[in-house]
Amino acid sequence: MNFDLAAFRAEFAFFRQQPDWVYLDNAATMHKPAAVVTAELEFYQGYNANVHRGAHQLSQQATQKFEQARDTVASYLNATAREEVIWCSGATAALNQLAFGLVGTVLQAGDRVLISALEHHANIVPWQFHCQQHGILLDIIPLDANHQLDQAEYQRLLALKPKVVSLAQVSNVLGHIQPVAVMVQQAKAMGALTIIDGAQGIVLQQPDVQQLDCDFYVFSGHKIYGPTGIGVLYGKSDKLTLLRPLLYGGEMIQQVSFAGTTLNQLPYRLEAGTPNIAGAVGLAAALRWLAQWDQVAIAAHKQQLLQQLYQGLQQFPAIELLSQSQPNAGIVAFNVQGEHHSDVAALLDQQQIAVRAGTHCAMPLFAAIGKAGAVRMSLAAYNTPQDIDRTLVAISQVLEVFHG
Amino acid sequence: MSDLSLLITETALGLQQISQQQRPLLLQTSDWQSKYRTLMQLGKAVPAFTAELQRDEILIAGCESKAWLLHEFHGATGRHYWAFDSEARIIKGLVLLTLSQLNGLTKAELAKIDVARLVAVPGVQQNLSPSRQNGLHAVLKKLQQQIA
Repeated sequence: MNFDLAAFRAEFAFFRQQPDWVYLDNAATMHKPAAVVTAELEFYQGYNANVHRGAHQLSQQATQKFEQARDTVASYLNATAREEVIWCSGATAALNQLAFGLVGTVLQAGDRVLISALEHHANIVPWQFHCQQHGILLDIIPLDANHQLDQAEYQRLLALKPKVVSLAQVSNVLGHIQPVAVMVQQAKAMGALTIIDGAQGIVLQQPDVQQLDCDFYVFSGHKIYGPTGIGVLYGKSDKLTLLRPLLYGGEMIQQVSFAGTTLNQLPYRLEAGTPNIAGAVGLAAALRWLAQWDQVAIAAHKQQLLQQLYQGLQQFPAIELLSQSQPNAGIVAFNVQGEHHSDVAALLDQQQIAVRAGTHCAMPLFAAIGKAGAVRMSLAAYNTPQDIDRTLVAISQVLEVFHG
Repeated sequence: MSDLSLLITETALGLQQISQQQRPLLLQTSDWQSKYRTLMQLGKAVPAFTAELQRDEILIAGCESKAWLLHEFHGATGRHYWAFDSEARIIKGLVLLTLSQLNGLTKAELAKIDVARLVAVPGVQQNLSPSRQNGLHAVLKKLQQQIA
């Protein structure tokens, strides 16, 4: 195994087609290597059929590939069984299924759910919505002065015995890595069900769900070099059976009569409708492709880029950094003093530097840190030191336009 | 004179100045840095909205940055007037540039103008980020409703 940056980047046709762009919006979505594009193409051109139900060989082949993809994900996560991998459209869908599925079964009126101030809206609003309707209390772990989760407050809120603790592994705005492994253990010790939102964490390092020992782990395929519209809800089998399905129809049903309906076994019980077959096959291809590269070298390369970017931005007195450089998964949020974040982003866009500006689906985080928004630069392993050099030159141009 | 009509009057003067001085200059400028610099200075020609004026009913929905568009129709003269403010300088410049060509016109005069085309500043508009473009789009939609 190795990691040759030029060879790695060459796997992405996008960069050949758009050589003038510096792409630093990886936390929003990542580019796809040839392996992923080819896998989807092969499905559509070679064995396109619906899964689990066709009375023909094509359907059997599609089903086989689709279920092999599930095996690939199960093994990537080190799940104990393939039934623990539920396909869904992404982390947002998974979190919605969890909130809907636990309310009324695990969560009753007067119970508590614990999340944090740095969550993505997808790990806030479903809870808020269902909790309000059912008289369940929602507690929020605040941030400390360094914009990390306040661990003393976490202990205090855990003592209130929440039934569910749901936490992001990495802040999608700041990039800060949270100590979820320890926090999950502490939550379990208090008897809570634990959920890790791995949307930004999945690409940071291969998760070992047995070691993490969390009850649920969710992620989106497109944030780990995979296709959009496919994601995973991992859950321990006994915990997945607690969930009330959010969607009904199709393969999730065993027997229907107007007297009543019996539901299918896991994993199908939670997979209503025709699944995103090409997406599943594409995601499995992404994970297999990624596993071919030296993960330690990739992590080191990303950290080098992060430090280069971070230190480069620190050289400009007008730039106010909101992120800390460590422990950071590869995201830098900042503002230019006295300027609106969308003006900064527009001037970077003019120079073909792709970033995101705004509140990044995390308005409560911005309320907590007292900012109206920020520019966010997020890195992937295909970014190069030259990308960072170009970005820093572009930033100096932006400042010149503002102040020149 | 009320705060509101004072704002409309002062904005009208500013927009006239933009139309006569900055707009021709901006359309001639070739390098993007100077173009943006001029665009971002346009806001200085008109009064900023006070906190009181930044009311929710004139807030433009769908804008990445907060933006307020005030519209006034003079029944006696049949003329349309506007005032605009935004947290972000580029969108403010682009909208003021557009308003400088529309302000004080009658419905019949406005009907002859393709507002969407007017907004396109060579070398700027097409390079704006989609979120920003949506913001501009939202302002345009509102403008078109007001003059319909």
